[in-house]
Amino acid sequence: MKIEDALKELKKLSLEDKLFTVKYNLSKDSHIEINHEICPKCSTERVCLTICPAKVYEEEEGSDKVHISFENCLECGTCRIACTDNAIDWQCPQGGMGVCYRCG
Amino acid sequence: MGDEEILKFDAIVIGAGPSGMCAAYVMAKAGMDVAVIERGEYPGSKNLFGGILFTTILNKLIPNFWEKAPVERNVISRKFAYLTDDTQVALEFKTERYNKPPYNNTFTVLRSKFDRWFAEETESIFNENSFVFSGFTVVDVIKEGHKVVGVVTDKEGPMYADVVICAEGANSLIAEKAGLKKKPEPHDMVTGVKEVIALPSAVIEDRFGVSGNEGVAIEYFGKAVDGMVGGAFIYTNKESLSVGISCSIIDFTKKRVNPNDILDKFKEHPAIKNLLRGGETIEYAAHMIPEFGYDKLPQLVADGIMLVGDTAGFVNTSHYHEGSNLAMASGVMAGETAVVAKQKGDYSAETLSLYVDKLNDSFVMKDLKKFRKTAKFLHENPQVLNDYPTQMVDTLVEYFTISEKPKEEIRKDVIGGLIKDVRFIRMLWDMNKARKVML
Ligand SMILES: Cc1cc2nc3c(=O)[nH]c(=O)nc-3n(C[C@H](O)[C@H](O)[C@H](O)COP(=O)(O)OP(=O)(O)OC[C@H]3O[C@@H](n4cnc5c(N)ncnc54)[C@H](O)[C@@H]3O)c2cc1C
Ligand code: SF4
Ligand code: SF4
Repeated sequence: MKIEDALKELKKLSLEDKLFTVKYNLSKDSHIEINHEICPKCSTERVCLTICPAKVYEEEEGSDKVHISFENCLECGTCRIACTDNAIDWQCPQGGMGVCYRCG
Repeated sequence: MGDEEILKFDAIVIGAGPSGMCAAYVMAKAGMDVAVIERGEYPGSKNLFGGILFTTILNKLIPNFWEKAPVERNVISRKFAYLTDDTQVALEFKTERYNKPPYNNTFTVLRSKFDRWFAEETESIFNENSFVFSGFTVVDVIKEGHKVVGVVTDKEGPMYADVVICAEGANSLIAEKAGLKKKPEPHDMVTGVKEVIALPSAVIEDRFGVSGNEGVAIEYFGKAVDGMVGGAFIYTNKESLSVGISCSIIDFTKKRVNPNDILDKFKEHPAIKNLLRGGETIEYAAHMIPEFGYDKLPQLVADGIMLVGDTAGFVNTSHYHEGSNLAMASGVMAGETAVVAKQKGDYSAETLSLYVDKLNDSFVMKDLKKFRKTAKFLHENPQVLNDYPTQMVDTLVEYFTISEKPKEEIRKDVIGGLIKDVRFIRMLWDMNKARKVML
């Protein structure tokens, strides 16, 4: 490494860029289901939208439904604990599927 | 494995993390038929942690393991730092004494590499009826009456065993399904996010003041994580840094912040960004840490089943998220208990309670008990991680700022001010309490 390179500031990555560094074995089926009947009465002001480190939960445009991009899930389990209304049914993805860390 | 053939083992281990592999290792050594079931493509592919593996237990199982295991660096320097927005106050402890075997049993590792190696090492002592099944997710336990007699997997269907050791980690769906544990609450769990940032080893050694295989472990508190209950960390690997933050889920919820944003902010702190110069993020990752502690431990044994490691909540919340060694120790003790149960031919909760006795006699329960109040104290006294570091830094800035005032006058002003300051007295009082629950 040249000295100039070693002194360059660390490049800022967007969350999308960061998720590109992660290897996934993509599954066809979602391992996360949400109970849309519970969400309208959410007692945590929709914590799922803010807490997920992979921003898997997003408000559907033009509707107040929550949309799940399960493909990005890092399988940390946080959403299941943070949603104290038990609207999230989180199961492990099928064996061998989902996130596959190379460093960890 | 034909369709009609019933798969039956002496023991099934759910999860190939450090707790599960230690249990498997001990049972395999005693000649038992063991099945380890791991949902990842390979052991370690779902796993991460901050970065320091504490290896007192591992070194007993596999003496001088570091000669063959993929360890990154042996930690000779530990640093603890409080950050405010623009200032760092740090204490560093560095000693040459940790630079020879067994290297203070403190190594940085990357879990996907290390866990994979440990699973292969364990497989090498397996008998012909033992296997690591990678890419199999356990979806439930099988019960006969009250007794657990096996597990259901998503690929092979049912598999049977005399005893099941549940080592599935922090997100403990199976232990909950088996009825041994309730779903944890947001203040019981911590979430960590981490980036692995590649840098040439020469740059790392130069920047962190080490050479060869020596490594550094740094923990940051205070503004490092916006004053939340938690901390940030930097650990040196061979050719990368592990950089991350971990905070209580309830704090993320209350503040309505995203863990990734907290990590990005930490990386941009003036005391941190220069350490990361020239690096390139090669992996982003997230995982939970159980922090419910001694007072909320789940039921650890029932007929035919034992909980180990993070599933059981064996993480010491003191100054590190020390979990790897507690996981390994509990795995060993569960493995030993299974060996005794096999000799007796009895896998009832009564026999398996030997596991709990062993835990009670060991550092696992003793440390958990000692630090039982830490998390609660920090949640109830947010000033300890918030206001006090700032007050302390303000005082230090006043003391060290160069001016034309004679030093003696500065000293008198600063110390006199502190003695009169009610907040300072309160701080000493709280810090003393903090010391008692944390050190
Ligand atoms: C951000 C962070 C930083 C940390 N820093 C440190 C540190 O520096 N030092 C330290 O000592 N500890 C640290 N810890 C804690 C440490 O990682 C854990 O205590 C330790 O990994 C627990 O080991 P375990 O074997 O119990 O669980 P895990 O290592 O989580 O292993 C569980 C295994 O079970 C598998 N599994 C789960 N469910 C199923 C299923 N249904 N079917 C099949 N397989 C399944 C998983 O894929 C995984 O391989 C940290 C943790 C985190 C998250
Ligand atoms: S999933 Fe939970 S947190 Fe999210 S909106 Fe629904 S109830 Fe609220
Ligand atoms: S498990 Fe973690 S990464 Fe996956 S959706 Fe839930 S919070 Fe997001």
